[in-house]
Amino acid sequence: MTQKVQIDRTACTGHGLCADLLPELIELDEWGYPIVVDTVPPGLTAHARRAVSACPALALRLARAPRQHEHR
Amino acid sequence: MTQHHTGVPRARGAGTGRLTSSWHASGRPATLREHTACYGPPPQLSGRGRRELIDQVAASGLTGRGGAGFPTATKMRAVASGRGRPVVVANGMESEPASEKDQALLSRSPHLVLDGIATAAESIGATEAHLCLPRSRAWLIDAVLAAQDERYRAGLDRVPVTVHAMPHHYVSSEETALVRWLSGGEAKPMSTPPRPFERGAGKRPTLIDNAETLAHLALIGRYGGAWFRRAGAGGATGTMLTTVTGAVVRPGVYEVEAGLPVGDVLALAGLDGASEAVLIGGYFGTWHDLRTVTDLPLSAAGLRPAGGSPGAGVLVALPPGACGLAEAARILRYLASQSAQQCGPCIFGLPAIADDLSQLAAGRPDGDPLARLHRRLPVLVSRGACRHPDGAVRMAASALTAFAADVESHARHRSCQAAVRGRQDTPQSVETGRRPEYADSRDTEQFWDDDHRPAGAQYWSEGRRGQPDGRARWNAAPQRTALLPVPRPFAEGDWR
Repeated sequence: MTQKVQIDRTACTGHGLCADLLPELIELDEWGYPIVVDTVPPGLTAHARRAVSACPALALRLARAPRQHEHR
Repeated sequence: MTQHHTGVPRARGAGTGRLTSSWHASGRPATLREHTACYGPPPQLSGRGRRELIDQVAASGLTGRGGAGFPTATKMRAVASGRGRPVVVANGMESEPASEKDQALLSRSPHLVLDGIATAAESIGATEAHLCLPRSRAWLIDAVLAAQDERYRAGLDRVPVTVHAMPHHYVSSEETALVRWLSGGEAKPMSTPPRPFERGAGKRPTLIDNAETLAHLALIGRYGGAWFRRAGAGGATGTMLTTVTGAVVRPGVYEVEAGLPVGDVLALAGLDGASEAVLIGGYFGTWHDLRTVTDLPLSAAGLRPAGGSPGAGVLVALPPGACGLAEAARILRYLASQSAQQCGPCIFGLPAIADDLSQLAAGRPDGDPLARLHRRLPVLVSRGACRHPDGAVRMAASALTAFAADVESHARHRSCQAAVRGRQDTPQSVETGRRPEYADSRDTEQFWDDDHRPAGAQYWSEGRRGQPDGRARWNAAPQRTALLPVPRPFAEGDWR
């Protein structure tokens, strides 16, 4: 099962820890907010979990990918 | 589905009017009696009829008229099969500044929308319904409450409809913001999932539909899905309300067949032949060179090749003397000011790109604003709880494409005359040339201009007292810059 790091955008306050802990998958934009660049490859699952639990704003979670729910 | 032929709204040609027919019968907002005389009594659904109605909606091909264009039947089915008693929420917020179709509809045919709410509620088995209106439009709330009063006395509406006066910001009409407010919170968008159709107001499955969508639903309940499809072209079905404004002689709300070519819709309103660009869909929409879209159908499928979408049915023709980049920058600044200030990319990104575009338009660049825009625009997509940043980015990106020649000359020769003139006008002093502020709307005379009624459409419009003709306004105050409504200053704080 492919997983993806999901960010609760309203919870995220741009600490940037995730990008430090998971630079393979998360970049920061110029304002310090994360950009998820890819799904989680099997080898990085443990690192992704660590980044999720380290987020000071509890804004990250791992979810099944792809999670396309376009509906407005 | 019984067919009541008491003045069944016609489908094509000069009788395109469906939502507007009671208005045309009497020339004033419909009372319950006039409404019933025009459309017949509201559909009464029994057990089987409920499921059948959703099938009729599916057959009709009705899509949401609020902007996203999602198939209505799909949403109804999802809500009806959700866990818990469903809730119906009618979205009459119309926070899109360039649109006024829902206001026109709710003030002139309130019973059609209220019928639609009742029909929707009964078909999905809802026990409560809400109608969300902006508290800044007290006149609209009064009109709806008066209509509700009539219905109460007539013993209609088995499902009670609560009318809410909500805080009015651009994003407070986003569906998760409605849900959050109805659940006791602030009128700000929330992260999804769960989507409202799964878990919405009061954690119950919630059907949120735009006012116009519900009005169409009320007619489908009466006349059926096949009848609905009798109008429509270019991959779209039924009729739609469009707000046509900008460089047109008769700005206003028109009911047209969905999928009518963009050029035809603009022609109904008397397009200024010298206009070269159009904003389609509203502030979240896209700018286009007029020549590239005149023949395209005003429908989701029709505009897709051009990267556009009808949105809430807004067409704004750029006045000949105006600078498209400056207009886009104004809109972008407005959108930035309307952020709910919840998500970092929106809080910081929108002001940044608004500043970049303003610099590009005004010709006082600090560095290379175009390069910054090309870098920043893609970064902001899909990074908010709601689609506010996405819409702003789409509008800005489309301006760079549609006004590519201007972009180049602005970058090389600084600014153009039109943009400089636009800068000299303070937002307050710019003649909007299209409609009074909402606060004044009660004083305005609604008129129906038979002389100018174009064949093939029904026409609603508003003008200042003594200036019923858009042409007079147009000539009296030649537009130098923007025709877009002046953004209201952002009222700090009140999201409750």
